[in-house]
Amino acid sequence: MTHSIITSRRRLIKGGLAAAAVLASPTVLRAQGQRELSMLTWAGHADPDVIGAFEEEHNVRIRAKEYVGGDQMLAQIAQSPAGTYDVVLADAEYVVQLQQAGFIEPLAAEDYPFDDFFPEFQNFRGHWFDGEPYAVFLRFGFLGLSHNRAAMSEAEARSYRSMWDSQHEGRIGHFDWHLPNLGALSLLNGNASPFDLDEQHWTELTDTMMSLRPQVRGFYDYGGMLSALRSGEVAAIPGIGDWITGVLARDGADVTTTIPEEGGLQWTESLSIGAGSKNQDLARTFIQYMMSPEGQVKTATLKAYPAMIPTKAGWARLNDEQPGEAQRQNMVLNGPNALDEIRAGRIRLRELPVQQSLETWNDAWTRYKNA
Amino acid sequence: MTFPAIPARNSGRRYQSLFQRAWQALWVLPLPVWLLLFFAVPLGLLVAISFWSVVNYRLTPDATLSAWRYVLGLDFLWASFWRSYGLSLSSAVAISLLAFPASYAMAFVATPRQRLILLGFAIAPFFTSYLVRIYSWQVFLAEGGVISSIVQAFGGNGESLLNTYFALFIGHATLALPVVLILQTIALANVDRTEISAAANLGARPGAILFRVILPAARPGLTLGLLFAFLLSYAEFVSAAYLGGGTFQTLPILVTDLVRAGQQWPRAAVVSLLMIASLLVTAFVTVLWAYREKG
Repeated sequence: MTHSIITSRRRLIKGGLAAAAVLASPTVLRAQGQRELSMLTWAGHADPDVIGAFEEEHNVRIRAKEYVGGDQMLAQIAQSPAGTYDVVLADAEYVVQLQQAGFIEPLAAEDYPFDDFFPEFQNFRGHWFDGEPYAVFLRFGFLGLSHNRAAMSEAEARSYRSMWDSQHEGRIGHFDWHLPNLGALSLLNGNASPFDLDEQHWTELTDTMMSLRPQVRGFYDYGGMLSALRSGEVAAIPGIGDWITGVLARDGADVTTTIPEEGGLQWTESLSIGAGSKNQDLARTFIQYMMSPEGQVKTATLKAYPAMIPTKAGWARLNDEQPGEAQRQNMVLNGPNALDEIRAGRIRLRELPVQQSLETWNDAWTRYKNA
Repeated sequence: MTFPAIPARNSGRRYQSLFQRAWQALWVLPLPVWLLLFFAVPLGLLVAISFWSVVNYRLTPDATLSAWRYVLGLDFLWASFWRSYGLSLSSAVAISLLAFPASYAMAFVATPRQRLILLGFAIAPFFTSYLVRIYSWQVFLAEGGVISSIVQAFGGNGESLLNTYFALFIGHATLALPVVLILQTIALANVDRTEISAAANLGARPGAILFRVILPAARPGLTLGLLFAFLLSYAEFVSAAYLGGGTFQTLPILVTDLVRAGQQWPRAAVVSLLMIASLLVTAFVTVLWAYREKG
């Protein structure tokens, strides 16, 4: 059968045209009523595995503008006319800046499953203003000391101090962003609020950082960290977490993240509706989709970087459908899990510096890199 | 018409000279336009931006010296400057020395036909994206990569070569070596052969011919090769970021850091202007030296 189609060119063309017409017609019909939803987001979130079902169901095409880093996100939104972005995915610490600059719309609390959140994540800091939510907590993860097990054992990784060991000289990597790095070292210095430092503690922190410089192999972006940790070129990277090692572990690399005794940080990503959006109904539906058990499982297992999720229903579904991944990400329902770390007070939220300006922290980081 | 008619031949000549001028103008006109479009305007914009300010992450026209004050006040600025300058200068010298034997062979040993083919090979790398070439070097230089596996097979410890000066140099060479090869070969191939024969006939040894005849005669071209290698390495960001990886913080990395952190385009513009100024001075001095009359 196949043979005869290939041998007769005319028949092949005819058949091909007919097939194309059949395949295209529903698309053409559907495209007529199709809407667009624009989203400003960290790279990786517009994965078809995640948004495909939503696009299909609501006949929407999601146009994602990806950014790397909160500063770039703020610049992007500041330079665009109001209403350019319907949905904004931002790190929680930047939600305050978005709200104060008037870049995001207030939300109606009853539209989202806040009641289904674990209590730790309800009324999340920096998301509610005058009793109104401006962002919906989508996913989170812990940051500690990520290490290649062959080069640094879990026992060693129980303290950030191990990075100064002579055996790791020239073997410490850095994610090239000041906030998580300084945060982790601030925890090592024993600061209970790692981002709220007076002049003296800030000076101590920069001194601690500078003393680590001789141990440093390099400063990496996302891809650079993946290859450096996998190959063992670096033994450990502070201030990152499962969002890197989870990706590598899925591929079978012998890497993990340990939360040291001095504590770990929590990163959080949240969804908001852009100010002046003309598709607010659709944006709301999209956020609802991402907060549904289905969307939560999809974002928990995002290819670019996995994360934990805040809803109980999401946990239940993940344990149901992918018990292995629930186990790996420490989200098991019956038994000790990631929430215990928060409840034990070992996790601090990653925040913007309180007493210094962001610029001061930036400068310290640039100086460190150039030392 | 009572005026005496202009002889036809004359008018034809005038028409011809007019046509010739128009024809020449046609060729000359693009030069100032291109210069304006690709040099003067961008440079002017860069200078202007260096006096602008950033308000709420937005670039805002202004007339402030704050970016200049900030950058010139950075305590590590000059250390970074000299690091960048020194690294690219040593790369340029090393690349020139590495290229020279090959260029010599292409100019004096190969037949013109072979030379064309060999130069073709030298140009071939430009058919691939530079970024791709740098990324593929990572495969060679990384721990467990090609080079470290070979070293391990011979009993070495086979550490990663990434984030070493060697890796950075490889990046610079990937970018500049083909250009230097071409410039050097052209320079050497254009050395007057009769001078070489004359020196040989007068009993000069090959070493003396090389150092006292060929090198002085090819000096402008060889110096240009060195200069291009320096220019390319100095402004190089990709291999500094992906092969040198932060162990060697250079000015191009500082430029991107300034933009990334708080969208400080004005500060980045100041660093770029410093780089352009130092490049211009270097290029000027080098060219003066290259074309200096023999004293």
